Amino acid sequence: MQTPRLERVPRFASPQDVAGLEARLERLFEPTHGLRAWLGTVDHKKLGVLYIVTAFVFLLAGGIEALVLRVQLAFPSQRLLSPEAYNQLFTMHGMTMIFLYSLPVLSGIAIYVWPLMLGARDLAFPRLNALTYWTYLFSGLFLYSTLPIGLSPNAGWFNYVPLSAQPYNPGPGIDVFALGMVLLGFSTTGSSINFIATLARLRAPGMSINRMPILVWGTVTASVGNLFMLPAVSLCFFLLHLDRNYGMHVYSGYGGGPLLWQHIFWFFGHPWVYALVLPAMGIASDGLPTFCRRPLVGYTFVALSTVATMMIGYGVWTHHMFATGLSPMANSLIGAASITIAIPSAIGVFAWIATIWTGRPVITTAFLHFAAMIFLFVAGGVTGVMTAAVALDWQLHDTYFVVAHLHYVLLGINLFPVLGGIYYWFPKMSGRMLDETLGKIGFWLSFIGFNIAFFPMHLLGLLGMPRRIYTYETGLGWDRINLVITVGAFLLALGIAVFLFNVARSLRHGRVAGNDPWGGGSLEWSTTSPPPAYNFAVIPFVASRHPLWENALDEGPQRSVVRRGFVLDAGKETAGTTLLDGMPYTIVRIADETYVPLALAVAITLFFVALLFKALWIAAACIIAMIALTGAWMWPRAELGQRRAVRHE
Amino acid sequence: MSEGIGVGHALPIGGEGRQSVGWWGVMCLIATEGALFAYLLFAYFYAAVNADTPWPPSGPPDLKIASLNTVILISTSGTLWLSEHDLERNRIRRSRLWLLATIVLGVIFVSLQLVEWSNKDFTPTSHTYGSLFFIITGTHLAHVCVGIVALAFMLVWTLLHYFDAERHNVFTVGALYWHFVDVVWLFIFSSLYLLPNLGLTHGG
Repeated sequence: MQTPRLERVPRFASPQDVAGLEARLERLFEPTHGLRAWLGTVDHKKLGVLYIVTAFVFLLAGGIEALVLRVQLAFPSQRLLSPEAYNQLFTMHGMTMIFLYSLPVLSGIAIYVWPLMLGARDLAFPRLNALTYWTYLFSGLFLYSTLPIGLSPNAGWFNYVPLSAQPYNPGPGIDVFALGMVLLGFSTTGSSINFIATLARLRAPGMSINRMPILVWGTVTASVGNLFMLPAVSLCFFLLHLDRNYGMHVYSGYGGGPLLWQHIFWFFGHPWVYALVLPAMGIASDGLPTFCRRPLVGYTFVALSTVATMMIGYGVWTHHMFATGLSPMANSLIGAASITIAIPSAIGVFAWIATIWTGRPVITTAFLHFAAMIFLFVAGGVTGVMTAAVALDWQLHDTYFVVAHLHYVLLGINLFPVLGGIYYWFPKMSGRMLDETLGKIGFWLSFIGFNIAFFPMHLLGLLGMPRRIYTYETGLGWDRINLVITVGAFLLALGIAVFLFNVARSLRHGRVAGNDPWGGGSLEWSTTSPPPAYNFAVIPFVASRHPLWENALDEGPQRSVVRRGFVLDAGKETAGTTLLDGMPYTIVRIADETYVPLALAVAITLFFVALLFKALWIAAACIIAMIALTGAWMWPRAELGQRRAVRHE
Repeated sequence: MSEGIGVGHALPIGGEGRQSVGWWGVMCLIATEGALFAYLLFAYFYAAVNADTPWPPSGPPDLKIASLNTVILISTSGTLWLSEHDLERNRIRRSRLWLLATIVLGVIFVSLQLVEWSNKDFTPTSHTYGSLFFIITGTHLAHVCVGIVALAFMLVWTLLHYFDAERHNVFTVGALYWHFVDVVWLFIFSSLYLLPNLGLTHGG
């Protein structure tokens, strides 16, 4: 047998010069169709869509939970929900939105858009991409498994001990939460690793790090952050599971105790907030310039402040614990560090404002969402600075003021830019435009509804209403505000419903988009809508930050080349480049479709189900299955360049 | 312009070591696992500082088996390095032997660790120290077992003649993980064994 070659000089040509190139790539990258192609897929576009759709299903679930909570709180002394049902619903709402919607939706968008922006044909680890999607889906189902029988987790999304400890909370809900979070942690860690390796190797030749789109900066910052924060949450939940089920004493007894939980949890929890917003800010930083018809103002400052936010974000975890009696020195330092975050945040805000100010804004639905983000970010940021002041935080802690703050930040800098991003990239994903009239109706409904729902919560908090109470007496001055909030929540939900209707309608009846409906400047707009399975017939060469705007900007003599490039058709291949300069470096092979990631995700999930039931023999069997599947996965393959085909000594 | 950035040169397919995407994947895995052990040790020291009873409750742990095991585990990094070194020079047979030696030493480490566990006069449910001691050493032990499984696969693959001097990236990145598991043990050994024996105990 022949030994595969270890290296090759890739041909540099235009697609027309290579006979049958596109048909050959099509066969390589999309060998199957139908259900098989989805279950075994490793294509980042299919997986990105699956991620986004799944995240929106969880957004709807969490949204419906929120509406039920708001109906309960609309009037004083209501008995629609029992206290226990209320506890379960607010826990599920928080858990769903923070873990099952906010980050996965950003991962989904990045998984879809990254390779197209970077001029690559897939992510660095396509099979890992499939595995992380399936584990995300299964962990979501796992976390929801006890909802139908009324035994959901009920101790809030940050699940403090001792409230979540076995003696005070004996049901299965907390264990489902604990094990489900560890399972979800595998998924998020895997996708983070995938983004980092993709950034390191798979950018188009010439795309040095100062030419990457800001979304790439945001996602990779979140991913590096995830690598260091996720073990904390997996660990603190796993230790809780051991305490609850095997009689251990990490959070009880001498030395451990409840504050240990809070430290480990918030060491994860605070950086996580930045992981939920930095990629979304990246969406706006890349989308706004397109609609302002000019490059982003202060690219370097925005990129660096993205990284700086995450780094400072690691040093502020105890600002969630100001009320726990830590030393005044610790509180002061962390309070000061928290206020410092205003600086990189403000750099982003001023860069966006300057981009709009000095540009020629085209008021599309996507633009409105990005502009709304700036407004809501400022509002949520100001209350963030307020709660970073220790003395004020003691007053506001655990009141609706904090609820208002976190919703302004999380919906303001996650949901709104995500919706904007979908208006922006939906034409690329589907080949059709979303309806602008419906879009604007949906936007104003959700924007106005959002502010009616969440602005009064600041007042409610200042009036002393604690969060997480299932009802309240009349006569405390909270009645009318609560009713207004509930009305606002339903308006917001109506706005989201209009958006979903728009998506469903436009998929069939939307105007055909063409390659570049917005006149965008980055590489994804150079390929067809929707893109072919292989993304690019030849790998483009990048000479500036805006490869498609070079003639309009006329910043220098260099021009990117998108109509010619590396041909790379000797298998599923894409170009590997160096980390900083993006110089051609390797030829990266892409794995074929396979069911192994799906099977491995099933085995891992069954392992956690077995742990939940303490069926340790079944768990052991699952481990053996996991070893076998991992061995099959890692088995060196000649077509991936991992081994010689056959060697005779 | 495209001619200026390296068109016309031969590019490796897949690539070795840092060239490969696999190297980045394993380095990220090592970073996140390293963070996991850092949080475990944080929990240990947090509990040690806050305990109002002696820490460790039954005095500093005995060093005999743990020291021997430390030497064994460090030597596996040496044998694995020799295995890779021989592989890079196409001395495949010697490479296999060193890899086999690494696996055997790894299994000895696991066995001795189980002996060490059974010698303890406390259990995971005795107190916070007991829980954390067994969780931390147990988490490490689980990583050693994962490493042994990985090395076993690598041995099978060298027996199948998959690797040689030019092409052995799967071996390289697998070895990186094993070295990481070794290095983590040094932190655990220092924290759980050496520090209490150096008198850095609490309350006792």
